[in-house]
Amino acid sequence: MSDDVLRIRTPIGIKYQYSAGPRVSSHLIGLMEGRFVGKRCPSCHLVYMPPRNGTCAKCGCLLGEDVEVGQRGTITTFCVVNVPFLGQTIKIPYVAATILLDGADMGMQHLIQEVEATEVRMGMRVEPVWRPREEWQPSMENVLYFRPTGEPDAPYESYAGQL
Amino acid sequence: MRDVAIIASAQAVNTATTTATPVEMLIPVVNQVLANAGMARSDIGFWCHGSCDYMTGQPFSFVSAVDALGAWPPIIESHVEADGAFALYEAWMKIQTGEVDTALVFGNGRSSSGDINRILTLQLDPYVVGPLWPDDRSIAAMQARACLEAGVITERAMAQIAARNHHNALTNPVALRRGEHSVEQLLAAPLVASPLRELDCPAHSDGVTAVIIAAGDRARSLRARPAWIRGIDHRIESQNLGNRSMTTLPSAVIAAQKAGVANDKIDVAELHAPYTHQELLLTAALGLGESTSINPSGGALCANPMMSAGLARFAEAAARIMDGSADRALGHASSGPWLQQNLVCVLEGE
Ligand SMILES: [Zn+2]
Repeated sequence: MSDDVLRIRTPIGIKYQYSAGPRVSSHLIGLMEGRFVGKRCPSCHLVYMPPRNGTCAKCGCLLGEDVEVGQRGTITTFCVVNVPFLGQTIKIPYVAATILLDGADMGMQHLIQEVEATEVRMGMRVEPVWRPREEWQPSMENVLYFRPTGEPDAPYESYAGQL
Repeated sequence: MRDVAIIASAQAVNTATTTATPVEMLIPVVNQVLANAGMARSDIGFWCHGSCDYMTGQPFSFVSAVDALGAWPPIIESHVEADGAFALYEAWMKIQTGEVDTALVFGNGRSSSGDINRILTLQLDPYVVGPLWPDDRSIAAMQARACLEAGVITERAMAQIAARNHHNALTNPVALRRGEHSVEQLLAAPLVASPLRELDCPAHSDGVTAVIIAAGDRARSLRARPAWIRGIDHRIESQNLGNRSMTTLPSAVIAAQKAGVANDKIDVAELHAPYTHQELLLTAALGLGESTSINPSGGALCANPMMSAGLARFAEAAARIMDGSADRALGHASSGPWLQQNLVCVLEGE
């Protein structure tokens, strides 16, 4: 029938208060100071950066002491983004990479710029380019992107365990 | 059927707020229940978790809970979007299959992440009732009002239940709310959602409960007096409030029957009744009499950690068997408006 109700709108809204937790907080405070602060697992001694949700998933335990890492790091693996998509803010092709910061045992994702996509490679040494200090927030977005340092590439063995 | 028993439990101290992440809250309780059982993570055959994404407001938030388990080498694990008591039911089934002999079951929730009375509105039918945004208290108050008008309960009986549970919680170290209140004091308190007063409503809290269950001789080797699961049954009412009885709980009646509640005397019952009038409805539906001690822990009225309060009832009932103070106990867990879901478990000593 033409007057059947086929669709209704029932908007819902709930406000939540997100808590980073004490362990991730020291990491976020570090970012406000332009530092990369990770955490060491007291059981397997791996350094997590970022410190995930404050836990070592492998050991099932709470992370322990703060460990400052970086700021330089090594590209362990990467992908070249060639596909345009809605809301894209970066000119394609560009590179998203997994970066192992010096002193960390866990790679993190970030953008690679100031280099042609075709020149990016595994083992390439990179450093962060921070936003102007007055724009810093408790967020990894304080780092605009990573760029090559010009150092010789890291030997494969130094990051083979990450792959 | 394989004989399966609860052999250990642990609960976090319930709090009104917390800054820890859900997984940070879980780890100490998982460690504690393992210590209480004298077991290592590698001794656990199956892990089963109850939680709800609406509590944290994060899709797939339960995935991070696995980080509390130390899932390396890989483990066998499952999750229910429900109270941990329903995870215990799944774990009991898993042991029945013969695949595993032990299971660690846990439920957790941080009620303080949002407005819990409003979050619970989202469990209502999203077409007709949900868009009116009745909060949890208002829905419960409608049921209490219907029961009063039908003569099923009295305000005085509700106050007596509030007084007893808050008194019992004085000796429960993990309760959030406790205290001595006279019935007259309680009846003089202002209404928060007529006919409910503040202490007729649950003390919503942030909390974690973990329980270990084991089969047969494995249970006997781990605990001198395990709490044997002699019957367990889960029944559900219609999700359409208009199809529901407001003054009786037919699903709880069936669950109690199937779980064999009436086969012998029940010494202790831990009922997951968030509101005072619901304890009365449950006591009637489960056929519990004067000889049964109801909610020695203070129940969900004194600490209602969402997704963990039902499992806490099982833990409290089992504790009375394990310490020898009861021979036959009942654990009950519920979920949904007006006690829509009812899970009944009969526990016995040997
Ligand atoms: Zn570790």
